[in-house]
Amino acid sequence: MERERFYWLPPCRDWSGEFGTLSKTDPAEAWSGIVKLARTRLEYVQSERLARAVGRLCGELPPNSLPTRPIRLALLGSSTVDHLTASLRIGGARRDLWVDSYTGSYGQYWQELENPDSGLFRFRPTTVLFAFDAAHIVGHAGEFTASTEADEFTDAAIERVEGFWTMAKERLGASVIQQTLLPVSPPLMGGNEHRLPWSPAYLVSQFNWKLRAAADRARIDLLAIDRAIESDGLDAWHDSALWLRAKQEVRPGAAPAYGDLVARLLAAQQGRASKCLVLDLDNTLWGGTIGDDGLGGIVLGEGNAAGEAFLSFQRYVRRLSRRGVILAVCSKNDEHNARLPFSSHPEMMLKADDIACFVANWSDKASNLRDIAGRLNIGLDSFVFADDNPFERNIVRQELPMVMVPELPEDPARYAACIADAGYFDTTQLTKEDFERATLYRDNAKRRSLESSTTDLAGYLRSLNMQLHYGQFEDISGARVTQLINKTNQFNLTTKRYSEDGVKRLAGDPEAIALHFRLVDQFGDNGIISVVIALPTEHSQVLEIDTWLMSCRVLGRQVEHAAMNVLAEKARQRGIKAFLGRFIPTAKNAMVANHYESFGFLPMGAHENGATLWRLELDRFNPISNPISLIEESL
Amino acid sequence: MTPAEILAQINDILRDLLDDDSIQLTPETTSKQVAGWDSALHISLIVAVEHRFDIKFQTAELEELKDVGQLVRLVASKTS
Repeated sequence: MERERFYWLPPCRDWSGEFGTLSKTDPAEAWSGIVKLARTRLEYVQSERLARAVGRLCGELPPNSLPTRPIRLALLGSSTVDHLTASLRIGGARRDLWVDSYTGSYGQYWQELENPDSGLFRFRPTTVLFAFDAAHIVGHAGEFTASTEADEFTDAAIERVEGFWTMAKERLGASVIQQTLLPVSPPLMGGNEHRLPWSPAYLVSQFNWKLRAAADRARIDLLAIDRAIESDGLDAWHDSALWLRAKQEVRPGAAPAYGDLVARLLAAQQGRASKCLVLDLDNTLWGGTIGDDGLGGIVLGEGNAAGEAFLSFQRYVRRLSRRGVILAVCSKNDEHNARLPFSSHPEMMLKADDIACFVANWSDKASNLRDIAGRLNIGLDSFVFADDNPFERNIVRQELPMVMVPELPEDPARYAACIADAGYFDTTQLTKEDFERATLYRDNAKRRSLESSTTDLAGYLRSLNMQLHYGQFEDISGARVTQLINKTNQFNLTTKRYSEDGVKRLAGDPEAIALHFRLVDQFGDNGIISVVIALPTEHSQVLEIDTWLMSCRVLGRQVEHAAMNVLAEKARQRGIKAFLGRFIPTAKNAMVANHYESFGFLPMGAHENGATLWRLELDRFNPISNPISLIEESL
Repeated sequence: MTPAEILAQINDILRDLLDDDSIQLTPETTSKQVAGWDSALHISLIVAVEHRFDIKFQTAELEELKDVGQLVRLVASKTS
């Protein structure tokens, strides 16, 4: 069956009306209107128009309220790529990302990388995306007779590409994305193409395969358009007539899909991938209505196609949760009925333990989603809500526009593909914490149930037997520390971001105090949940706290008090006399506005942008009492 | 579909692609007379026209186009 592009997005019912309204909107409000339209299923020309209108409607600069870091993306291609830039804007807008792009002169990427006076350097990209066409990489291959020659050829090609990555990183300070090659060459042998060493089709697949390992070594991310055509088909992405006519390897009709794939990566790099899948129950996880049909009447499990379809969706959802996606349930049901299949249906793949937050009642779903967000302590903008019922989907879209709500297909056999195709949970790397997240959030749910049965908060915190393990950054914690630095938005004093290399540099800097904190309690290990970095200033014996952030998972447990005590002690040992602290407000971090004040720092003034500066003389600081014991990790 | 209807649709497509509602095509209009209608935009226009009318152009057919009227006639020949 041919799938419509962006079939998971709701259709745009009244394009000319909506676009007309948008054109009359105040520039400050226009961006949110653009985001809203970008989240509907636009036709190609509509998407192009919306992209062109961004400058006219919002101005050239990103809106002040933008919750993400603006992106300056250099799209460096070996053939025509200019027709792809509009889609980068719209793919970005779909994720509240502001993307300015630069394409440079046709095929001149190497010269531009070499020349510090080039337009590329003047553009100051934050990200460089290398988009090479297949002909550019394998077109000049000889007619190899031995497979070893083919191997050497693709090795050399990889090495050349790695050189470009290094140039982009070192000379431009940009992060790098490499596009995989589109397999545009028709096969010469067919299914056993690999037996012809000089076959362009074979060389492309070998290059793409080697690119994966090279990208891991260099810690760059791949834009896997070769994977996208596995599901979309080559024709959806490439038109050989347009390649010959205009040297466009990606056809203009595929531009919106291209822009969406790029934006998924950019969002994931900023920690903006969705985090939580909220599931309806009746006709979403099983067929029928548990309240009416009862345990024996619902359709689930082996034996018939519909039952197997729901089972395979549950299997997919369970795998998502195993790799770090939090699961929640939001169902209009009696709670007892709703829980019954989880505890008693023999073929349920999902168990009660897999669900971090279970809400079944008769209230409206928007209120319930707000409630779930509160209980899990994560933002509604990291929710995906899967419900077979168009009414519920629409009301949630209307009430909570920040929640992603896929248009689930009619056939449950296609639910899993829909969630996957939408790319909500696309991510660039996984850490140990991702694999343990399901357990972490389940444990949190238990902690909260203990909390609600305990009115004495101090007594409750003591009963958790919390231990805070701390130490300087080290290799083994680097990946998680980088992830935490780049995705923590709420409890974050300065919202400064560091690359993994930056974290490594801090780890090796004897002048810096760069601490990670891991919290263990009676319910389990929470993993690394906080990072504090203090750097030397121009005054000797004064350190400035450059970064202080904490995962909201452990909010309200006085971890920051224990961390402050550690920081002060570490500084004293080095003969430090005072700390400077800075609070830089963002749309999300209001909860830490009084952070330094609460520790006895004195105000040193405020900046125009609302940033405040604080100072603490260490000889005036007394350790803050708290229920957490401290354990220093030794290297 | 009449030539006038086809022209109106192409006019709409070009307005969208250039984000410019002042565009007013006539059969005699050539690409040079419309600001922003360059070779790259021309390809997008052709792609969008193919999509809108559910037709396919041959490369050779496109090389012969001199003005909007010829594009309208080409579309008409494929939709009739």
